[in-house]
Amino acid sequence: MSNSEEDFNFAYLDEQTKRMIRRALIKAICIPGYQVPFASREMPMPYGWGTGGVQVTAACLQETDVLKVIDQGSDDTTNAVSIRKFFERVAGVKTTENTGKASVIQTRHRIPEQVLSEDQILVYQVPIPEPLRFLEPRETETRVMHALEEYGLMHVKLYEDISINGEISTAYAYPVKVNDRYIMDPSPTPKFDNPKMNFCPAIQLFGAGREQRIYAVPPYTKVISLDFEDYPFEASRAEKTCEICGATNTYLDEVVIDDKGTRMFSCSDSDYCNSQKS
Amino acid sequence: MEQILKAKAINKKFGDVYACNNLSIELYTGEVVGIVGESGSGKSTLLNCLSGSLVPDGGNITYLDRDNNWLDLLSLPEPRKRNLLRTEWAFVHQNPRDGLRMAVSAGGNIGERLMAIGYRNYSQIRAEATEWIEKVEIDAIRLDDKPSIFSGGMQQRLQIAKNLITKPRLIFMDEPTGGLDVSVQARLLDLIRSLVRELGLSVIIVTHDLAVARFMANRLIVMKNGKIVETGLTDQVLDDPQHSYTQLLVSSILKV
Repeated sequence: MSNSEEDFNFAYLDEQTKRMIRRALIKAICIPGYQVPFASREMPMPYGWGTGGVQVTAACLQETDVLKVIDQGSDDTTNAVSIRKFFERVAGVKTTENTGKASVIQTRHRIPEQVLSEDQILVYQVPIPEPLRFLEPRETETRVMHALEEYGLMHVKLYEDISINGEISTAYAYPVKVNDRYIMDPSPTPKFDNPKMNFCPAIQLFGAGREQRIYAVPPYTKVISLDFEDYPFEASRAEKTCEICGATNTYLDEVVIDDKGTRMFSCSDSDYCNSQKS
Repeated sequence: MEQILKAKAINKKFGDVYACNNLSIELYTGEVVGIVGESGSGKSTLLNCLSGSLVPDGGNITYLDRDNNWLDLLSLPEPRKRNLLRTEWAFVHQNPRDGLRMAVSAGGNIGERLMAIGYRNYSQIRAEATEWIEKVEIDAIRLDDKPSIFSGGMQQRLQIAKNLITKPRLIFMDEPTGGLDVSVQARLLDLIRSLVRELGLSVIIVTHDLAVARFMANRLIVMKNGKIVETGLTDQVLDDPQHSYTQLLVSSILKV
């Protein structure tokens, strides 16, 4: 598939859209953590299913890329399967479930357990890009707050957590400060994954389709989770062992397995779990 | 006594109507100035111009900051202006909903300004919030309650605590007791007056209630149709009004 007209429309997006999104991506990389507005297109899937992530992935994909798609850590849940099939069909790229073999990984709500490398791109699906949204509903105001670095309000949220629950109970979408400047919503990943973002060798791109925002963390960038001096950040996980592979250091899913309420814990990252098993 | 805020020839028009017509006022440290007048006389517009939430069409406003520098408020960069609003200034709104975050607990509301200026120690923020909620006569066990379940008077006191925690020097108040019943109003005024004395605050208070003005203000400014018609010591203005409008205003007070 080269030197033909098909090159223009590789990976679903038309050329104008692809250029627009790539420009937004470059801007986002240049200003780590800053939310770049972009003219999000309608995708052939509902909002909330990763339309932002799909557009970012489509703008990044090249014919030689190998794509992995995960949903809540797993390769075989609905969202992951449908997006993987989508790109198999419209871009014809190779796909994989193996984290190490993928060059582009689109993810919903998890960062893979396996450490990523410099030649990989991690694309996050983001429902609400604005970390201050539920504290300050006016977008005009939150943009000024970002511009002037007025982030006291973010700590009000953490204060409320401690005063109600005795600890910082925010367990996902835990706010981070990127490159000592912008406060960023890491998308609804568990806070267990937050430390993986810090000085990550891979490029991290975030796409919010409905909200029309793209933001990014370049490789080897400082990403610090917010906390209080006397209530430091904790990358919490269930204090259990994976009952499939025996891992004790991974993020676990709690699964109800029968009608009597019996539960089991297993790795949420299915590829990692399989690799530990064999 | 030293001046803290100087406004010269403030103009603000809405369409063809002057809300502020060539107004000049000065405020001295530790002084409480009351602005009175009927609805639509331009009191609130003047207050909003002085506190930076409205940009006047003409005139100039200067403020003496903590480090003794005169700042030109109309040309002051936005970050510095917002910083002033969080640290050296306070604004008490008539409706506490405008000044509080209703979905955040009382403690979170009071602590917000501290977190905004860099406090990152939970216990310390909580201790100061507790101290302040008691100072405004709310029981400390209400610290984790949301202001939405507070009474109007408590919300107003909470708003005051939220504003005073960073020890501001200059407070703008827009009808702080409007909409409260008289007994609650009396206690609130008492509280504000003692805090003002204790902390040596400078205050500009807008009210249409002459009793509030008499109780709070050292000096009065009477406004009508965007102009200052009379100014002087509170007792002097209210006991011996010179301008016909002030005379009308004073004679309109209902006697019990």
